[in-house]
This record gives sequence, C-alpha cells and structure tokens, in this order.
Amino acid sequence: MKKTLLALSVAAGIGQVQAATEIEFWHAMGGALGEKVDAMVADFNASQDDVVVNASYRGNYSETMTGAIAAFRSGEQPDIVQVYEVGTATMMAAEGAIYPVYQLMEEYSNGFDQSAYLSTVTGYYADENGNMLSMPFNSSTPVLYYNKAAFDAAGLPDRGPKTWEEMNTFGQAILDAGYDCGFTTAWQSWIHLENLSARHNVPFATNDNGFAGLDTEVEFNGDVQIAHIDQMAQWHDSGIFSYSGRTSEGSSRFYSGECAMYTESSAGYAGVRANTDFEFGVSQLPYWESQIDQPQNTIIGGATLWTLRGQDDDHYPAVARFFEYLSQPDVQADWHQFSGYLPITYAAVELTKEQGFYANNPGTDVAINQMTSVAPTANSRGLRLGNFPQIRGIIDEALESVWNGDASAERALNRAARRSNEQLRRFERANR
Amino acid sequence: MHDKSVFQHRLLPYVLVAPQLIITLVFFIWPAGQALYQSFLVEDAFGFSTEFVWFENFIYLLSDPEYWTSIRVTAVFSFWVAFVGMALALLLAAMADKVIRGSRFYQTLLIWPYAVAPVVAAVLWLMLFSPSIGLLPFWLSKVGYQWNHLANSVEANILVIIASVWKQFSYNFIFFIAGLQAIPRSLIEAAAIDGARPFRRFWQIVFPLLSPTAFFLLVVNVVYAFFETFAVIHATTQGGPGNSTKTLVYKVFEDGFIGLDLGSSSAQSVLLMVIVITLTVVQFRYVEKKVQY
Repeated sequence: MKKTLLALSVAAGIGQVQAATEIEFWHAMGGALGEKVDAMVADFNASQDDVVVNASYRGNYSETMTGAIAAFRSGEQPDIVQVYEVGTATMMAAEGAIYPVYQLMEEYSNGFDQSAYLSTVTGYYADENGNMLSMPFNSSTPVLYYNKAAFDAAGLPDRGPKTWEEMNTFGQAILDAGYDCGFTTAWQSWIHLENLSARHNVPFATNDNGFAGLDTEVEFNGDVQIAHIDQMAQWHDSGIFSYSGRTSEGSSRFYSGECAMYTESSAGYAGVRANTDFEFGVSQLPYWESQIDQPQNTIIGGATLWTLRGQDDDHYPAVARFFEYLSQPDVQADWHQFSGYLPITYAAVELTKEQGFYANNPGTDVAINQMTSVAPTANSRGLRLGNFPQIRGIIDEALESVWNGDASAERALNRAARRSNEQLRRFERANR
Repeated sequence: MHDKSVFQHRLLPYVLVAPQLIITLVFFIWPAGQALYQSFLVEDAFGFSTEFVWFENFIYLLSDPEYWTSIRVTAVFSFWVAFVGMALALLLAAMADKVIRGSRFYQTLLIWPYAVAPVVAAVLWLMLFSPSIGLLPFWLSKVGYQWNHLANSVEANILVIIASVWKQFSYNFIFFIAGLQAIPRSLIEAAAIDGARPFRRFWQIVFPLLSPTAFFLLVVNVVYAFFETFAVIHATTQGGPGNSTKTLVYKVFEDGFIGLDLGSSSAQSVLLMVIVITLTVVQFRYVEKKVQY
C-alpha cells in the first residue's frame, strides 16, 4: 500500500515537472489598462507551453504593494509584483525579499542587454552601480496638455507655453478670454517639485537624490522650488492656476473645457483623447528660463515589476521568460501606443516611429523627446527616498496649505522638509 | 415546576458562551495584543529587521505636532458629528412623533439612510459637492460662491461632517422616536392642562425623560465619529486638504497601510483604544450622574 502511494506521488511529481510552471503576477492596473494587461498575459501564455502567468488585479498601487508585503510575511507572495516608483526604496532595502532583475536575467536569459532599455527609465530603478533591480513596465513623465479652442479664442499661438515665464502671459490671456482657470495640475508633488527639481538640475535630496545611501536629507526647500511654489500661489490667487486635488482630479476640469491647460502624466493621453470634444495639443513641461538655459530631462513615475524571492527554483526561469516577452519591441510598442506609457526599449521607440504612430498622433512623442534629448544627471536620474509615500503626503499637505493661503511657500516647504527628514531618519533606522 | 437549574450539564453553559468568547478572542483580544506588541517595535515593511524600542514610538508620536493636529481635528469633527447628528434627529423625531396621518411613511423615509453603506453615502455627497460636476457648487456659483473642498479646509470639514451625519442621524432618529413614544401621554396632557406651552412642555418634561436615550446616543455617536467615519473620509477628502480632515483613525490607516510604518501605526491604534476607553469611562462616570432616569 505504502509503495503504491509512493509510486503515485512520484508519478504525480513527474507530471508536475512536465506540466507548465505557473507563476503569479499581481498588478495594480484597473479598467482598460487592466484588460490590456490581461490580453498581454494571455498572448504570452498562448505563445508557449512551458509557463502560465496568472495575472491578478490587486487594487491600487499602495494596496497592491501592501498586499504583496503582507503576503511575503506569511509566505504566500506572488512571483512578480507591480510596485509604484515611491515604493522603490522600500523594495530595494528588503534585500532578502527581492531578486534583482539584472541577476535574474543574467542567470536565466540569453542576450539580456541592459543598454537596450531607455537609460532615463531604468536609471530610476537601478542600484548605485547602474544595475537594473526591477523590470520597467509602465513609466510616464509629466507633460502639458492645452486646449486648442481656448488658445484660439484667447488669440494665443498653437503651442503650449515653453517656459513658466510664458505661462504668465498665456494664463492671463486665457483669463482675459473669459475662462476662470488657466491651468490645473495632477500629482502636484511629482510634477511641481520632483520634476521641477530635475528639470532645473537642482537636487531634491542629498546623496544624489538618495541613490547613494540611507542617510539622505531632502533639499526641496531650495530657492528654485520656493520661487516656483510662490509663483504658483500667486497664480492660484489670480486664477491662472487652480488646484483640483492630489491625484488626477483635475482631468475632468480640463476635459470639460473649464481649465485651458493641464500638467499631467504623459500616460493621461488616452484619457484626454477619449474625453475631450475639442482639439488638444501636447507640449513639454515648461521650465524657468531665468534658472536654466537648457532644461534637463524630466523624471518618470509609474511602476515596475519586482521579482520576489522564496519561490521554487523552477519559477525564476519562467519569470525571466515573461520579462523577455514584455521587452520585445512589438509588445512594448503596442503597450506604448495603447496606454501612452513610455516604451522601455529604444527598439520599441524605433518600431513605433516606423509604424507611423507619432506622425498620426501628434503629441505622443513629446514625452519621449523630453526624456531622451539630454543625458540625465544625478539630479534628474530619479529619486530614492525611504517612507516616500509619507513624504508625498507631507508635501501635498504643505502645498495645500500654500494654495489655501495658510502658509507662505517658504514656510510651508521648510516645514515639509523638516518633517520629511524625520521620516527619512525613521526609515533609515528601521532598515539598518 | 423545576426546582433545579435549567442547565443539567456542567459544560453546557460554557459551550453556549463559547462562540461569543471565541469571536471576542479572535477578532478583538488577539489583534489588540498584536497591535500592542507591534507598537513597541521599529520594523521595516518586510519584517527583516526588528528592534524592540519600548515606548519610543509613543514618544515620537506625542512629540509630533501633526499628531496633535490630528487629535484636534478628531475632536472638532466628533463634536459636530455628534451634536448635529443628535440635534437634527431629535428635531425630526419630535416632528415625526406629532404626525398622525402617514407617520409610518415619514418614519420609514427618515430611517432609510441608515441602510446605505458609509462609502456609498460618501460618494453620493461627493458627487453633490464635486467642484467640477456637483450640483451644489453649481448652484453656489450662481450666487457667487466658489465651492472647492479640495482646496478649502472648512468646506472639506463641512462635507465630511454632512456625509457622516446623514449616515448616522437615522440611527439617532430611531432611538429618539422610540424614546418619545415611551413617554406617557398623561404627563404631557397634565402639563398642557396646567397651561404649559409646547416649547415648555418639551424642555421641561419630554427632554429630561429622553436624557437616558440622549446619553446612550452620545456615547454611540462619539464612537461612530472616531471609528466608523473612516470610509466617508477615505471616499471624499482622504484627509486633505492639508491635514484638515485627517482624523486619528485615518492617520492609522495612512501610516500603516500606505506608509508601511507599522510601529507608528500600531502605537496610534493603541492610543486610539486608550482614548476611546477613557472617553467611555468619563461619560459613564460623570455625564451619567446628571442624567435623570
């Protein structure tokens, strides 16, 4: 009897070896993007017989990340989890929990070449030696959308303001044309502090924006940032700028034509195209001419795919294979063209160009040009801050207190910097 | 007749209370113990490095001005939710009690909001007050007022208080109307014959007789405002603008589930537990003495 059982279980074991390896992929892509991810995964599963990827939607970014960490603590973690950029430091610090993607690909994939990926994208997720720790998936960068009808009515040229100095005149012209709101923004901390710093090549934090160590202190209360926020506060009073909320609540105000301009992620393109019945244009994120002659690249937001340790050994080749698939030019180009997220490889950019997508969809290449026209510096590579979600919250609170007139830009940013540093010390301590 | 205990078996009573005990242990005592233990730790999100720090998390919290802001926000918010919720419910209950024809209809309508989940209630109010698509901001703009609760902290507070009150006042209403119906008619009629006007009859007869109900509701409403308004705040303001609607329970969520700072989050929930226990004890000790049963 025992022998039979043993034989059966051996047979079952062999059966499992021959069957496809199933890997779990937790992501935070809801709605149309979620359907697209499902379709990509289905295509991958259909393209070969050895690996089956089970993709599941786990709520928004923070829910997905918190869920995956809780699962890791109880030994139920997925193979792949999608983590937003502000979670990068937390993931990186958990060395025992993550399988760096450069190691994974060197081990299990032939011909993995990190230089095929956009350096401004991978730089955000690389260690101090430039090795990729996670696989970029959906990356975007802020651009400015403008309402061509409103610009026409205000007698403005058919282009967005190139500089923030120009925003003054453009915004005033919009108000004079009878609009109540010149521009609004999504993701204020990301666009108007983090990207502002990168674009003007000033540090957001010490230690190369936190890349070089945990004993980092923020420096977003510098002159450039204070001057910008102070100007935004004045614009908020006059109506050139109007605050809509912490995430992308401003979208509906741009769609409805209430606000003539909108600083938002390049990944918002599909939403703008689908929801506006006026012609719109896309232009690069403005910069202060008085501060910098040639603006730096902007930095990215979005999320990457992290591989978690603790699975059976046969899972990792399967993960590598899935990553290879996701990096293929046609898959990337399709994802880029569908979603508005940046393509992660140069080959995908070329393919999209060849397919005539940029020519047919004016404005879709603005983000890529903005990202690739200059070489990134230590100030524009990205940000690596511990407890970054809390720091974003602190910044949001500070900026809101500026918009509603409770505090001056200088006072609010100084206070936010002090509180952010407390968070950084807490993170440093917890990850010692 | 029986002269012995109803329970013949010695174990039976324990078996009968076991479900309740197990539920309390699993869903209250055990997580509360976990929170207490976590509150003494500084730990990274994945749990790789854990340091026992005694009361450091508490000291850090209590020396953080933001935490005191959150306490103040919670106090103001709870006061208004309890006060407006109960006053409105009492007013409507007194009026519904007077209605003779179709009283059931009005009462049912007034009880309905309680059947709505808090997050749904919040979304309804959010839609009504949304600065870009809401009906109320549209009307307000007609009279020259620009409503934007995303930038204005007073308006944000008004929104969360309205949504929380709307959700809770039905519960208060049920208790008040039951209390009103339990008051003997003869007392009111006697006062009426003595020449007391309706206003005086209410404050000198009805209200004192309702005070046990009001006291009970006060406890329930404060606990509601402390804990159960999380969904309302999460769905409408997410604690903003600034910190103006970040109540204690919302801060627990934000630091723990978004910020992954488990030590601080646990310390906060322990403090919250202490605050609510203290409030309840104070209410029963001191407020109850003034209540006429």
